Amino acid sequence: MAGIAGKAMRQVYGETLVELGKSNPNIVVFDADVANSTRTILFGEAYPDRFFDVGIAEMNMAAMAAGISTTGMIPFVNTFACFMVLRCGDPIRSLVAYTKLNVKLAGTYAGLSDSYDGASHHSILDIAFMRALPNMVVICPADAADMKAATEIAVQYKGPVYLRIHRNECPDIPENDNQPFVLGKGKVLRDGKDITLVATGYMVHRAMEAATKLQTKGVSARVVNIHTIKPLDAELLQTCAKETGGIVVAEEHSIHGGLGGAVAEAIGRLYPVPIEFVGVRDTFAESGDYQSLLEKYGLTSQHIVKAAEEVLKKKGARA
Amino acid sequence: MGLTKERKAVLEGLCKQFRRTLLDTLYSVQTGHPGGSLSATEIITTLYFEVMKVDPKNPTWEDRDRFVLAKGHAAPMLYIALAEKGFFPKEELKTLRQLNSRLQGHPCALKTPGVEPSTGPLGLGLSAALGMGLGAKIQGKQFYTYVLLGDGEIQEGIVWEAAMAGAKYGIDNVVAILDKNGVQLDGPVDQIMPLGDVKAKWNSFGWNTLEVNGHKVEEIYDSIQEAHRLKGKPTIIIAHTVKGKGVSFMEGKHAWHGKPISKAEYEAAIQELEGGR
Repeated sequence: MAGIAGKAMRQVYGETLVELGKSNPNIVVFDADVANSTRTILFGEAYPDRFFDVGIAEMNMAAMAAGISTTGMIPFVNTFACFMVLRCGDPIRSLVAYTKLNVKLAGTYAGLSDSYDGASHHSILDIAFMRALPNMVVICPADAADMKAATEIAVQYKGPVYLRIHRNECPDIPENDNQPFVLGKGKVLRDGKDITLVATGYMVHRAMEAATKLQTKGVSARVVNIHTIKPLDAELLQTCAKETGGIVVAEEHSIHGGLGGAVAEAIGRLYPVPIEFVGVRDTFAESGDYQSLLEKYGLTSQHIVKAAEEVLKKKGARA
Repeated sequence: MGLTKERKAVLEGLCKQFRRTLLDTLYSVQTGHPGGSLSATEIITTLYFEVMKVDPKNPTWEDRDRFVLAKGHAAPMLYIALAEKGFFPKEELKTLRQLNSRLQGHPCALKTPGVEPSTGPLGLGLSAALGMGLGAKIQGKQFYTYVLLGDGEIQEGIVWEAAMAGAKYGIDNVVAILDKNGVQLDGPVDQIMPLGDVKAKWNSFGWNTLEVNGHKVEEIYDSIQEAHRLKGKPTIIIAHTVKGKGVSFMEGKHAWHGKPISKAEYEAAIQELEGGR
């Protein structure tokens, strides 16, 4: 991916919005005084007449966006993911999702990625909220290329979309970037027959690392990037359950209600196999360096390996 | 140019008819909100039958004027007006709040022709209306957006977030109307959470303010025309109203925010409305 490789996801998002705004005059952008962080400042500089910084009033921002969408415009609503859910939650449910409005919600600094700001600014329940909303599409890109594609698709798709955006540079995943991004379709990044590592967002990269580590232990792990958490690619997950007999889900989110919940709901119904969950346990995190936080709160490739071994044990006990 | 005598009489006749239909409807389904529907009768009637350009045959006509019922619990009166306009058959009113009906307890834009946007959770409507006004401005469209707020509703913080945004962007194609009936679900607004000087508050937020008797169609009409003339800032019309207006035992009583109507109450109310008090 020339040009965007290795860039922070939010930067890619901001640049993509500018690009899209060029050919699509209906795109308008709302921000709530964090335009420099969300990188919508780029859109604001390029198209000041279509950029609305409504101040520190997130709820009003989301409701105004809902209103403007009914006049044919395509609004992007921007704030930190934690505020997107907790401050904009009512208009998102009562206007955007309920009426299936063409509003795009970009929650940045998702997961623990705003690490130093502390638990007040971390966002580890946004997937749970968003995917419980009827009509909502939930996308969590894994790297810069995913981010660009997801932003473009959000414009093409008519209806509410939640984009879960990481704050930092995310390693590019070549196996991910050489495949097309199709809404609602998972990507198999690495084949394997003993277990499937299902991941979303930044944890996709960690799952790839874990698969390499597992290989040295003689375990063949398949890796799947579920960038669209809703609608979920249940068909692919069912195939993986059938072919590998066990699943580990990894996400930068609470283990309650996120991708893990979505996968468990689908697999429990379609093809039950042992599942383990890698994510933030039932706790608030804290301030600190991002990588140290991931380490302390159980989100490393080593944690995925350990979870995979648990699954393999259960699988073995059944066989 | 104000309302002609003839048009005034027509609108007043409609208001009388709508109040009667409201009582019939709410009595028959034994659910819904009479108090706030009755206080908003003249406002909704004047908007739909004198002011707004809408096309019942084409509810999503791009250039239509918009109405946002921010105080979504007054949905029954909105539905009655929409049915009279021809957005859907009047017979459907008796399905209000019932399973499989298009007429939800609070307005749902996806279900009911002519309703936009969905409302109910208080406070969101003004922001949504401002978004609609902003969309019109960006696209150079001429339509107006009217939004009806309850006075209890403006206790919601988001209303004041919206007030600031409306002034910042000079959204003068939005006309807000405050149904200031002085009563909310739990009691008088002055006791539950006093609003202070409402006019001064809106003025200080950068809005034009007008005041009218919200039960006089000619005053409502004139104030809307005046709001259209005022440019550069959004306008709010503070309409002084009576909750439960037209049914003496409901007037000013918070108990009638939303409660089922008994047979005796229904008969007394009808007698009073028919008497043309």
